[in-house]
Amino acid sequence: MSSATPENLDTFPKLCADQAAKNGGRPAIREKNFGIWQTWTWAQVAAEVRALACGLAALGLKRGDKIAIVGDNRPRLYWTMTAAQAIGAIPVPLYQDSAAKEMTFVIDHAEVRFAMVEDQEQVDKMIEIRSGDGRLDQVIYDDARGMRHYNHDFLHSFDDVQAAGREFDTANAGFYEAEVAKGTGTDTAIILYTSGTTGQPKGVVLSFDNLVRSAANGIAFDNLCLDEEVLAYLPMAWVGDHLFSFGQSYLAGFCVSCPESSDTVLHDLRELGPTYFFAPPRIFENILTTVMIRMEDAGWVKRRMFHYFMSVAKRCGSDILDRKPVPLANRLLYAIGDLLVYGPLRNTLGFSRVRLAYTAGEAIGPEIFAFYRSTGINLKQLYGSTEASVYITMQPDGEILPDTVGRPAPEVEIKFTDSGEVMFRSPGVFVEYYKSAEATAATKTNDGWVHTGDAGYLNEQGHLKIIDRAKDVGRLNNGALFAPKYIENKLKFFPEIKEAVAYGDQRDYCAVFVNIDLAAVGSWAERNNVAYASYQELAAHPQVLASITRHIEAVNRDLSEDEKLAGSQIERFLVLHKELDADDGELTRTRKVRRSFVADKYDSLVEALYSKLDHTHVETEMTFEDGRKGVIAADLQILSAKTISSAPPLKAAS
Amino acid sequence: MTQARERIGDTLLALENVNLAFGGVRALSDVSFEIREHEILAIIGPNGAGKSSMLNVINGFYHPQEGAITYKGKKRKQMRPHEAAATGIARTFQNIALFRGMSTLDNIMTGRLLKMRRNFLWQALYWGPAVREEMEHREAAERIIDFLEIQSIRKTPVGRLPYGLQKRVELGRALAAEPDLLLLDEPMAGMNVEEKEDMCRFILDVSDEFGTTIALIEHDMGVVMDISDRVVVLDYGRKIADGTPDEVRGNAAVIDAYLGVSH
Repeated sequence: MSSATPENLDTFPKLCADQAAKNGGRPAIREKNFGIWQTWTWAQVAAEVRALACGLAALGLKRGDKIAIVGDNRPRLYWTMTAAQAIGAIPVPLYQDSAAKEMTFVIDHAEVRFAMVEDQEQVDKMIEIRSGDGRLDQVIYDDARGMRHYNHDFLHSFDDVQAAGREFDTANAGFYEAEVAKGTGTDTAIILYTSGTTGQPKGVVLSFDNLVRSAANGIAFDNLCLDEEVLAYLPMAWVGDHLFSFGQSYLAGFCVSCPESSDTVLHDLRELGPTYFFAPPRIFENILTTVMIRMEDAGWVKRRMFHYFMSVAKRCGSDILDRKPVPLANRLLYAIGDLLVYGPLRNTLGFSRVRLAYTAGEAIGPEIFAFYRSTGINLKQLYGSTEASVYITMQPDGEILPDTVGRPAPEVEIKFTDSGEVMFRSPGVFVEYYKSAEATAATKTNDGWVHTGDAGYLNEQGHLKIIDRAKDVGRLNNGALFAPKYIENKLKFFPEIKEAVAYGDQRDYCAVFVNIDLAAVGSWAERNNVAYASYQELAAHPQVLASITRHIEAVNRDLSEDEKLAGSQIERFLVLHKELDADDGELTRTRKVRRSFVADKYDSLVEALYSKLDHTHVETEMTFEDGRKGVIAADLQILSAKTISSAPPLKAAS
Repeated sequence: MTQARERIGDTLLALENVNLAFGGVRALSDVSFEIREHEILAIIGPNGAGKSSMLNVINGFYHPQEGAITYKGKKRKQMRPHEAAATGIARTFQNIALFRGMSTLDNIMTGRLLKMRRNFLWQALYWGPAVREEMEHREAAERIIDFLEIQSIRKTPVGRLPYGLQKRVELGRALAAEPDLLLLDEPMAGMNVEEKEDMCRFILDVSDEFGTTIALIEHDMGVVMDISDRVVVLDYGRKIADGTPDEVRGNAAVIDAYLGVSH
């Protein structure tokens, strides 16, 4: 890889200048504005970054200062990262939907002096944060809408800062070049705060070397080139977006597009037809759910055709994609299916040109994974973390084992602790947790090995299989192995189930909370003339409960076939009266369930699941989008599901 | 709302002793009030008080039997709706009146109709100046789409949209005409709290960004008290109060009208 990353191109500002020199006329970034895609070439980006960097310097941003970046994926916010790095400042992107209180923690912890924010919504949060004590010296905003009457002297518009920057640049010739030249690979490139499934977020410090090496390795592994098309829609504060939409674009020179708004992502995806696409499993689940709902509403001809060809795809689609031998008859049927079903489906979803799709962040249901691969989308799994600058393991083309996350990525070594926890070592290993030597020492050994917290093992083919979080894998009182995520994922494949939370460690049996999917169940209700006024009412509808019961029993059947997990079948469950929500702390900002938090919050419900009660009363506080709180009360039914006794009867039968 | 106060200017529209009757039913009796430039004026009153009739008189749909309307300094007894539209009055309706089969974008484009200079033939040819004009208007429509944050439904037929969004599209169409006076007939009827909050923000933003004068009818008192600069109260076709939200809140006649009193 050394050819692609010569020694002197060790920071993103340098890479930016390099791209402007090599590919100056080629598109670097796009944004849809007023319904039309606007494009900036590398030469333009370099000029924008330069003006902004000088503007930030003129405002007083110094080497080593931190600048928070808050907003949806916008070209100007990406430029802020490069501009800050150019003058030696450190970008700290924050999750844009966090409340002011959550942001305050990070801003205090990272000693952030500047903030670059997208719009009024974020400016209001900054004003609230600033009203504390002397936080944030300057706040810069991109979109001025609604701020006509804001006359705080610490507020600046992006355009003004750039204009001042251009003047500064003329007055201080050579300043920018000198500042960029001062940066080296070992400097801190960015601090990414991990959302943290437990406790306070931690600031992961990544150096340019970490990111540039990892990005280059990823590019080499998948042969990414100048012509890739990428949609940047995942939070900028997440390491995946930083690497795929920022780092790799600067190295490989491909163009990144920013959607018009978060609601239009699926439209934009379709218009753009990315070649390289990344999404957490949840997005793939949502897309699949939408497809299934729409097929249910389609005419019977289409429906029959869809189901027939999906069964063909299930039989041979993945093998065709992997270039394995497939009987001629199946190949022909698949070709017809491609013409009639898979091709149009890929087109509707915006996957017509996709060469490479990755999913990571959480285990993806094997059925969901197979659906995409069988319809000709090269979806692969990747296992990574912020601490690794993304890559730990990834699936190579043609070697896709659905229940594994692939082989160690280039330059990554893997080993296991005695308890089965995965550890890794790579050039991407983070520098430290910011201002937290203790946490750093607990995660990273002196010789550079990092604990992942995940339990797993390498199978015969040398692919890594992750079972669950190391601390979540437990045992029932009867000794049966209990892997909550495994059960939850099985449940979540049913379109009607949006979220599930399984309990069972040191209990007599496995019990779950279920969240129905309002889109899927609502559509069912509409077709069947079931009237409902709220989520809560729909979630308690007897027919809905009956259908969820059937799904649970189907999962039990699956579990009963698995030797190790047959003992942890679901005996009792309930359907929650509200959707689990990140605003209430029940999900992380990346929308992973915080199991123990949910258990604490709903401890009366958990206890009810392990009692003889058949219904229970609950009152829950919930947070509205504007931060106000309200209380909802409900009477929840607790239901039992049939379990299937497997061939060797376990003690659990009592 | 201190900033709002400062921007309020001269009288934009004045109604003097307006009387409107349908046969024996007196919809409005002797109503006089004025709407000042850049203000947000709320017209409130119990059901059947004559609020919608009032708006219909202002935009020329109803012709009052007596009284005069002075708009932008010109006094007239009657105005026709198309004249009202041409002189800068736009409105939305209590029961949404959009083209249900057309997309959001097309509906908003219809609001630009009065601004189009090329005739039907040019537009049919879609060549040269007509294309440039279309682009100009499309840009204006896109600015409104951006303003109202409805990018995701740009191409969706409005008949398929939920009620709250249809109301927003209707506001968009009214804004497309770049009105000086915007009449909103129950812009928040049938909305949930979140949709109402969004709509309030849009109304305030319209007033703020474009300086549009707004007269609105609304039942939600919380909303009225929050966003309006002045409130006119009607009851049985008569004006019973006129003043700032605080003045109106304490007015005995208003309380009687709302809570009921034995006549």
